[in-house]
Amino acid sequence: MNRPWLLWIPLAVVAFIGGLAIYGLAVPKDEQVHSAMIGQKLPAFSLPAATAGVEGLASGDMIDGKPRLLNIFASWCIPCKAEAPYLEALKKAGVEIDAIAIRDRPEDVAAFLSEFGNPFRRIGSDSEMAVQLKLGSSGVPETYVIGGDGTILYQHIGDIRAEHVPMLIEKVNAAK
Amino acid sequence: MRQLALIFLMLATPVFAQGSGPTPALANRQLPDPAQEAAATKLMHSLRCIQCQGQSIADSDAHMAGTMRAEVRKQIAAGQKPEAIRGWMIARYGKWVSFEPDMKGAGLLLWLTPLLVLIAGIWLARGLFRRGA
Repeated sequence: MNRPWLLWIPLAVVAFIGGLAIYGLAVPKDEQVHSAMIGQKLPAFSLPAATAGVEGLASGDMIDGKPRLLNIFASWCIPCKAEAPYLEALKKAGVEIDAIAIRDRPEDVAAFLSEFGNPFRRIGSDSEMAVQLKLGSSGVPETYVIGGDGTILYQHIGDIRAEHVPMLIEKVNAAK
Repeated sequence: MRQLALIFLMLATPVFAQGSGPTPALANRQLPDPAQEAAATKLMHSLRCIQCQGQSIADSDAHMAGTMRAEVRKQIAAGQKPEAIRGWMIARYGKWVSFEPDMKGAGLLLWLTPLLVLIAGIWLARGLFRRGA
């Protein structure tokens, strides 16, 4: 063999693949599907009321110069129950919250609100998940920060916990 | 015994698992035009379900997959090109949603790697053949 360094190539390739495997094990996997709509305007939609006594939600309702939260929830979703007190805390802190109920029935939404309180200004009913798809939302619960001009500024995936409340207040205030 | 098993089977059905909205009409109903349906089906096999992440929306029973199939059929019926619909999905969920990586950036590397490995293999084997001859 007049070129002995060639012998090292297979070893280098195997070491590279082994390194990739170790890297894959060490780096925690992000299984959440993030919306690619951040920084873009809200898609146009108009949803009927999800339950009696609370108005429905259209995209135009959220473009009034005031930043707010848009909560994607459902009465059948357990983490949505867990985040209810923190949505209440956000409302108490002066944050306006609109909501979209996914695959829900009016009586179920009413029961959910009477049990966990209603922190929402408006609730639209997205029974076929069509608006959820337009928003790039992948499940319930999710919470978006919407700017006063209707720009989607931030997406929080999963239930809001105590530690997320100050962060969300800050993001809404920063959008003012 | 058989009746008891039947009762347990009925109880096990996850009736209340994922809410109670209607399934969009076009989620499970084919388009009347066979050519359009074929184009829609081809695209549906190459889009990833958001809810059950390993399956295509054509294979998945998840509600979100149904909504995505309905959206694909609706846009195909409206005369939209399949690649434009793929772009529509990518604009909402990122490149992740497509099973077919595009030929840009990391996607380009993915497409070219087999070719590069083949060229390297031929180059490595070249010396052996020459010595054999």
